[in-house]
Amino acid sequence: MPDNVVPDRIENVPIQLKVNGKSCSRTIEPRKLLVELLREDLDLTGTHVGCDTTYCGACTVLMNGAAVKSCTVFAVQADGADILTVEGLEKDGELHPIQKAFGDCYGLQCGYCTPGLMLSALQLLSRNKQPNEKEMRKSIAGNTCRCTGYQNILKAIQMAAQNMKGA
Amino acid sequence: MYPRAFHYHRAGSLKEAAAMLVQLGDDAKLLAGGQSLIPLMKLRFANPAHLVDLNFVSGTSYIREDNGAIRLGSLTRHAEIEASAAVARIPILHDCAAGIADVQVRNRGTIGGSLAEADPSGDWATVLFTLSTEVRCLGGTGERAVPLSDFIKDAYTTALAHDELVSEVAVKIPPKGSGGAYLAFKRSAPVYPTASAAVQLTMDRDVCQDAAIALGCVGLVPIRAKDAETALRGQTLSEKTIARAMAAARAASDPQSDMRGSADYKRALVEALVKRAIQIAVRRAHGEQVEVSHIYA
Repeated sequence: MPDNVVPDRIENVPIQLKVNGKSCSRTIEPRKLLVELLREDLDLTGTHVGCDTTYCGACTVLMNGAAVKSCTVFAVQADGADILTVEGLEKDGELHPIQKAFGDCYGLQCGYCTPGLMLSALQLLSRNKQPNEKEMRKSIAGNTCRCTGYQNILKAIQMAAQNMKGA
Repeated sequence: MYPRAFHYHRAGSLKEAAAMLVQLGDDAKLLAGGQSLIPLMKLRFANPAHLVDLNFVSGTSYIREDNGAIRLGSLTRHAEIEASAAVARIPILHDCAAGIADVQVRNRGTIGGSLAEADPSGDWATVLFTLSTEVRCLGGTGERAVPLSDFIKDAYTTALAHDELVSEVAVKIPPKGSGGAYLAFKRSAPVYPTASAAVQLTMDRDVCQDAAIALGCVGLVPIRAKDAETALRGQTLSEKTIARAMAAARAASDPQSDMRGSADYKRALVEALVKRAIQIAVRRAHGEQVEVSHIYA
């Protein structure tokens, strides 16, 4: 079908999901992307839109514990899912060890890619308590940072791994 | 970026999905992992009026050993294949699963979706061309098993009828003494490879009993480098025989110049990848554990 023909009567779809531990229900247009649901409907603007083409990973969130690019998941697909965004990392006013480590190691400069990187790091550290350098590099290969050159990001992940031991 | 508006349908079973395709007609598309389809829709290169979502169908993601074959459910994610102990016994499959794009894409993308899309730069078809692979296609009239070489017809074109979908991929477990390797060269993790080579060799000490070599991203479909295979079969693998296979693989490749590199550059890349893949395949055939994956520039 050509691009300019809009099919009539698109039915909106009711969804229910958990975002950062809180249940929420919405009725949404099927073409709405998960990142837009988070940013525009739920006001969680910590998840960033970078390239919007499945490259840069700035929009990375955890979906049922797995890192996904939220610009490449329709919100309707997150029905029933457990979503974790950067806003859900801190607990009771305490920064998450990964957030603290990114600060302490200067693992960021402009900060645009940081939320996505921290969630990729969280997937890694929740499955591998003591990753080696190769495993760390592989875990963030889908997150582009144009400022840091990645060295301090790797240091931050390593420090977070240390500080999360026994957690 | 928003795709064009579409109607959303959630299939409860693969059979129901196939029936929906019939009912909804030509403007319906299946949504599996969505890691190619959603970007294409956002760029409005694909504008389906209806999307049939397969992600809520249970029992479609599995890895089972059965009767000398590994059976993978069509919705099995690359990440699940990467983590599978059963797959680890066929290293060439692990090489592929662990190197596709990046963590996020591997968490969503599926083996069935990758084969059904038949992108000339996709990884799975190239690897599976070197193993005996059958694609099970489910449609309104039942299920049929199609050998992979018949399944991939052309760029973005498969043997699937409009009302059919991939239900399972069955890969025959290679014989003892067989080893393989898949190497793909990429500029960075999230992009498609510039060129790739899959090599599966069955060795009897230094003599190559059987060889299968496939090249990816250097033609409209994965290319079986038959002359390169012939150059190895029945031969003691020396530098000379490997050089003959490299030259034959180069000649078999049919790359186009594009933003990833000139045709000449890709031909040179094919030679180098085939050489390295042969060397790793031999070591693995002899029981050595060698860890490889996609190579970044």
